[in-house]
Amino acid sequence: MTDALFTYVLRLADDSLILSQRLSAWCYNGPFLEEDIALTNIALDYLGRANSLYEYASSIDKKLRTPDDLAFKRNTNEFYNCLLVEQPNGHFGDTIARQFMMDAFYVTLFSFLKNSSDENISAIAEKSIKETVYHLRHSSKWVVRLGDGTKESHHKISHSFNNLWKYTGELFVNDSVNEDLKKKEVCVCLKDVENKWISIISEVLTEANIKINDKSKMSYGGRIGNHSQDFKQLLDEMQCLQRTYPDAKW
Amino acid sequence: MNDNLILWEVFIQSKSGLPHKHVGSLHASDEEMALQNARDLYTRRNEGSCIWVVKSSEIVSSNPDDNSSFFDPANDKIYRHPTFYEVPKGAKHI
Repeated sequence: MTDALFTYVLRLADDSLILSQRLSAWCYNGPFLEEDIALTNIALDYLGRANSLYEYASSIDKKLRTPDDLAFKRNTNEFYNCLLVEQPNGHFGDTIARQFMMDAFYVTLFSFLKNSSDENISAIAEKSIKETVYHLRHSSKWVVRLGDGTKESHHKISHSFNNLWKYTGELFVNDSVNEDLKKKEVCVCLKDVENKWISIISEVLTEANIKINDKSKMSYGGRIGNHSQDFKQLLDEMQCLQRTYPDAKW
Repeated sequence: MNDNLILWEVFIQSKSGLPHKHVGSLHASDEEMALQNARDLYTRRNEGSCIWVVKSSEIVSSNPDDNSSFFDPANDKIYRHPTFYEVPKGAKHI
């Protein structure tokens, strides 16, 4: 149970940290000032959530490692984030497609986790859902604007969704970690999450006139620590300071 | 700057019952984006309970060239200032 819980909380925390790290690369590179601030604001929300989750993970792990240790001293294969969050930012449409699918996932997941039998998880879900509802509003409006915009924007964002679609299957895989925690009502069946997620996605994609016709096989591996080469580069950059000056203080 | 973006003026109400105050402007392509950008730019530190966004082009402004005829005549009419009344204790926002 403790092992499963630790892994489960790390999965949630790693999703948030890695997505935040990706989004923060838009700082100074946004398409215009206001959107630059919007994206980095969302990055900060995800970072705050990652911090709360790492604190909880650290306490489950008898505080052998601090939240910072968990973020900065683990190797590539010890991260359990899904593959979707580590996908490169690409162009603005790629980032928005990735963000929209993750925001919809977390709005759905947290609406279930609010009722988790684990007090810490339910408190974090309760707090996070408000900001996530806002994130989803931001990203879904952009999906519609781009999908239903010019010929070029429609083409680009359709391509983004079809490129990323193969990473969505992994979000809904129930494995031994989930099964164990589901029995204790700590987490939920990811198939239930998937049904609600699909309905949000289809509604917005229909409005945006975007069709998913990608037939690639789904890619899995993130949840058990198998990551892409891009992810290794992300970690190299994110952990660079810690590796160069171990335990550096302000 | 992208040609599709237009300028909006932002008004924030700090709490219900108080007037909305002009806090600045921003760029956005539509109403929803203007509202979201206003939320992100101007209410990050709990400044507001309501946001108005108005297209800058919709605002009718007086012309500074008209200042002498618009505002100077009020200069010597001090009886228009309510300085002869005492403000009751407990009256706020006056």
